[in-house]
Amino acid sequence: MADIEYLAPRDLEEALKAMEEWKGRAKVIAGGTNLIPYMRAGWVSPELLIDFSGLKDLDLIKREDETLSIGALTTIAEVASSETLRSFSPILPNAAGHLGNPLCRNRATIGGNLANASPGADMAPPLLVLEASVHTERGGESSREIPLDQFFLGPNKTVLEQDEVITQISFPKPKDSATGSQTKFGLRNADALSIVNVAVMIEMEGKLCRKARVALCPLAPTPIRMYRVEETLEGNEITAELLDECGDMLKQEVTPRLVSIRASAEYRKVLSSVLFKRAVREALKGVET
Amino acid sequence: MKTYEIQIRLNGELRTVAVTARETLLEALRNKMGATEVKNGCGKGDCGSCAVLLDGKAVNSCLTLALQANGKEVLTVKGMGTEENPHPLQKAFVEHGAVQCGFCTSGMIMSAKALLDQTPKPNREEIREAISGNLCRCTGYKKIIDAIRDVSLRTES
Amino acid sequence: MKNQTIDVTVNGEKHEILVEPNALLVNVLRDELGLTGTKYGYGTGQCAACTVLVNGESVLSCLTLAVAVDEADIVTIEGLDQPDGSLDPVQEAFLDHGAIQCGFCTPGMAMMGRDLLNKNPDPSESEIREQIKGNLCRCTGYTSIVRAIKSCSQGREPQAKR
Repeated sequence: MADIEYLAPRDLEEALKAMEEWKGRAKVIAGGTNLIPYMRAGWVSPELLIDFSGLKDLDLIKREDETLSIGALTTIAEVASSETLRSFSPILPNAAGHLGNPLCRNRATIGGNLANASPGADMAPPLLVLEASVHTERGGESSREIPLDQFFLGPNKTVLEQDEVITQISFPKPKDSATGSQTKFGLRNADALSIVNVAVMIEMEGKLCRKARVALCPLAPTPIRMYRVEETLEGNEITAELLDECGDMLKQEVTPRLVSIRASAEYRKVLSSVLFKRAVREALKGVET
Repeated sequence: MKTYEIQIRLNGELRTVAVTARETLLEALRNKMGATEVKNGCGKGDCGSCAVLLDGKAVNSCLTLALQANGKEVLTVKGMGTEENPHPLQKAFVEHGAVQCGFCTSGMIMSAKALLDQTPKPNREEIREAISGNLCRCTGYKKIIDAIRDVSLRTES
Repeated sequence: MKNQTIDVTVNGEKHEILVEPNALLVNVLRDELGLTGTKYGYGTGQCAACTVLVNGESVLSCLTLAVAVDEADIVTIEGLDQPDGSLDPVQEAFLDHGAIQCGFCTPGMAMMGRDLLNKNPDPSESEIREQIKGNLCRCTGYTSIVRAIKSCSQGREPQAKR
């Protein structure tokens, strides 16, 4: 097997320098819960592993006024148990609690989940409906702030350059009139790749829906927002009929893979419609009338 | 093959070992540090038989590079107790018939310990959640859950 | 072949059943009387999931012709519960000791446990193992089953471990 080197940078600057120097030949390792299986399967063969797991500055959950920031190295377990996050919106800690299993969650990171960009990335739906942005750094280049719904390009593909790394994820505090819900369906209660993972965020004004955000995966090559469904909900009273209409629209618009793995495309379409409606009804329970 | 020297405090004892960059903590523990009580089940984080406590957190050692454990503390089931003086969890597993083939046991006990360290009096749901990353093909899990619950009920809070 | 009527008492209830000469007791219990607690495993006497008590003796109902139990007193797993409706101590013990996983061997195991305790209220572990050596279990590894039966031995209540 080809020789491989390892670097544990002391700070982000050293890390970025190494990434620039070894551009294309190095891989970032954080929790390693995806990368190590990929390496063992021979899918990736980096010449250098740059270990970000020691960069404690990137492991934080911070509220600054009306913005919440999560460092890329924050573990999924930390996201799941964060009271700060839960007070902002429970949908993100809930989704984190459904990812993998406790052993995995103690190592896997939120930055890693997004950078790996699985079509079923568990953290993506809640972050998408929270309208999160991804903050990145590159050695010698300016940093970027990328809205999450522009971040994914395809299965395991993002807009990140080879020497670019996520440093943090941020999103604005949802309005007091906003309420969200997140639900995941897998073949098991734990350690399950999603059949459908859906998140919604609704802002109500009296009886009318002022703002709606709907996201799900893996119903397409990447996690997706359902913009047409959102537009259909906005400005209207969310009746059972409207919800049914949106459910049908959603079923038409999603493009799950045709090869049946864990579930058929047909099943995923039907299930996504059901779980979307359920999530909206659940979210509306949290609205004070 | 380029190797790096790392230091790990394994079950309280400081150990120095040379590892490659791609070597997992599981491989280093079993092949170079004599810790064969840590089992290699699937090698990809699906079965939990390789679970250890890394600086107090339960992790899959097959998904951790040995290098990532450098300077850290690793606790395995051997560090929990001895035959003469077993840890309450070890004793309870045996008493409740929660050990059949025994392959999952090492990892199960580490997940159980991590749970009880965090939540001294878990209910059955919390126990099931805590061991949801550990597969067992023999016991049907009930005896394992009974054993963990038994320890939690007997321990002074 | 001429069908025959048999008179049997099953779990305290009298029944008059018309059976074919080659009908097996296990099938008559399950199909005619709806007592599906008795299991059909191998059907060749090798797993003992079909164990019932006939006139107080444990038999393999898959190797017993129905016509051979005319006028007999039969107890199946359904008949083990106490008059007040509560479970037999053996059944309680199985629940408490995690001795039931898939549950398929359980009726046979419990009948053999009850049979042993009826004859020997304070069996040793090796006596228990001897008693159930014809009963196969693919799940539990037998330890919890042996412990369950042992816990019913004289003077000791089944220990609640739940």
